[in-house]
Amino acid sequence: MSLEILTYSFMHRALISGIAIAILCSVIGLFLVLRRYSLFGDAIAHSSFGGIALGLLVGVYPLWTAYGVSIVSALIITKIKDRYNISGDASIAVLLSSGIAIGLVIIGFSGGFTIDIFSFLFGSILLVSVDDTILILSLTGAILIVILLLYRQILYSTFNEEQAKVSGIPVEKINYLIVFMAGITVVTSIQLVGVLLISALFVIPNVTAIMYGKGFKQTAIISMSFSVFSVVVGILISYVFDITPAGTIVLLSIGLLAGTMIIKSAGLLSKN
Amino acid sequence: MLKVVEINNLTVQYPDVKALDDVSFVINQGDFLGIIGPNGAGKSTLFDSMLGLYTKYKGTIKFFGEDIKKSKNYLKEIGYVPQKPIFEKNFPVTVNDVVRMGLRNESDENRIDEILQQLWIHELRNRRIGELSGGQQQRVFIAKALVNNPKILILDEPVTGIDQQSIELFYSILRELNSKQKITIVWSSHDLDAVNQLANHVACLNRTLFFHGESKKFFSDDKLVKQYSEASMQEHMHRH
Repeated sequence: MSLEILTYSFMHRALISGIAIAILCSVIGLFLVLRRYSLFGDAIAHSSFGGIALGLLVGVYPLWTAYGVSIVSALIITKIKDRYNISGDASIAVLLSSGIAIGLVIIGFSGGFTIDIFSFLFGSILLVSVDDTILILSLTGAILIVILLLYRQILYSTFNEEQAKVSGIPVEKINYLIVFMAGITVVTSIQLVGVLLISALFVIPNVTAIMYGKGFKQTAIISMSFSVFSVVVGILISYVFDITPAGTIVLLSIGLLAGTMIIKSAGLLSKN
Repeated sequence: MLKVVEINNLTVQYPDVKALDDVSFVINQGDFLGIIGPNGAGKSTLFDSMLGLYTKYKGTIKFFGEDIKKSKNYLKEIGYVPQKPIFEKNFPVTVNDVVRMGLRNESDENRIDEILQQLWIHELRNRRIGELSGGQQQRVFIAKALVNNPKILILDEPVTGIDQQSIELFYSILRELNSKQKITIVWSSHDLDAVNQLANHVACLNRTLFFHGESKKFFSDDKLVKQYSEASMQEHMHRH
């Protein structure tokens, strides 16, 4: 692999944005996985498809409409789930299918804009602009600060809601905050792996890290490391071999998970 | 004597059943109150109401003279140990992490070490909570409940599913907390013998309050114990 590719400014932007997104998805994803909300990222991503289609139809930058539609949909579905006592997996299915349905209907109205949609479905990290990079870094920084400030409250309400409530933690508000931050994270990450593979970044590094880590912080750091490794190596390999970055990144993550499972099966992984 | 908790005319009506009917009693500072009653007697409903988890009750509950519907400040003075804490077995948190979750003043790291040592679980501090036995887990949850130096410890059938050796250790810890550290303990249990040995006060619940007073008065009155057992059995048969 030639080091020359590291001198290109588009590659700098791709790697910087990719690392930020890898860290963000891994942190938010850990809370979602532990809340048994693994597919929530997928559902928000699919609802963002409706937002992207809306943006393309009305001539607004599609990611802005995707932010709006995804966050509002996620908050509404969370409210409906709580109010009508719908199970988590069923509410995810509703969110997921309604986003795709809205997107398809809007595409039908517009007569189709398949080329633009394609880049959102599968990601286009090598095409991120300077403005995109600044936006990704700003949102990542803001969300990580919120998580650090509310670390105990978020972890406690993820661990056991009832006990967290008794300790005076506003669990419902924390739940909405997590959903809100997950919505922002998903749409921000669409440029890296696209709508269809987004949940892989949320779930796979965390499932892998949980097999190694003892404590929460240790698990989060391992997950971030795996995620950053997959993204950086995935971007570089995909450029050198001219293959899709999204698929390469996800396959590398799956490779790390498979390797961990083999190590664990061989009894080489002990948490004690 | 300082009234820590005052419950007046507490009634909880669920859609299909009246879980508590006009229950009134007072818990004073330093009391070790055992709340006994069969399954479905309303013990968990009483705790849920006291802890602010259920709010659609009639009547009033006061902690330190203040109605709990008006302020949640009282929760700072409470340590709560649930019946069987529900969490994912693979949840990646150590004993240290769990106790730290309960700590309000996050800079007070020494307090975590202190409480882990007091409950003989210091050597387990870096183990994942899901890897521990039921008895060890329960001690961790007591440590979490005590880490903020609460004035009241509320325990909802805390020894369910725990081996006998761990239960004995658990009871000796409770006794010490009440007698030496003067923590008021409110503890629900099925085990009348254990309540007789540990608690200085008893509340017999069977949706209504059958008896509340000194435990030695209750347990020394065979007629009263028999009446309560029969009433509980009848209510249990009626429900099932």
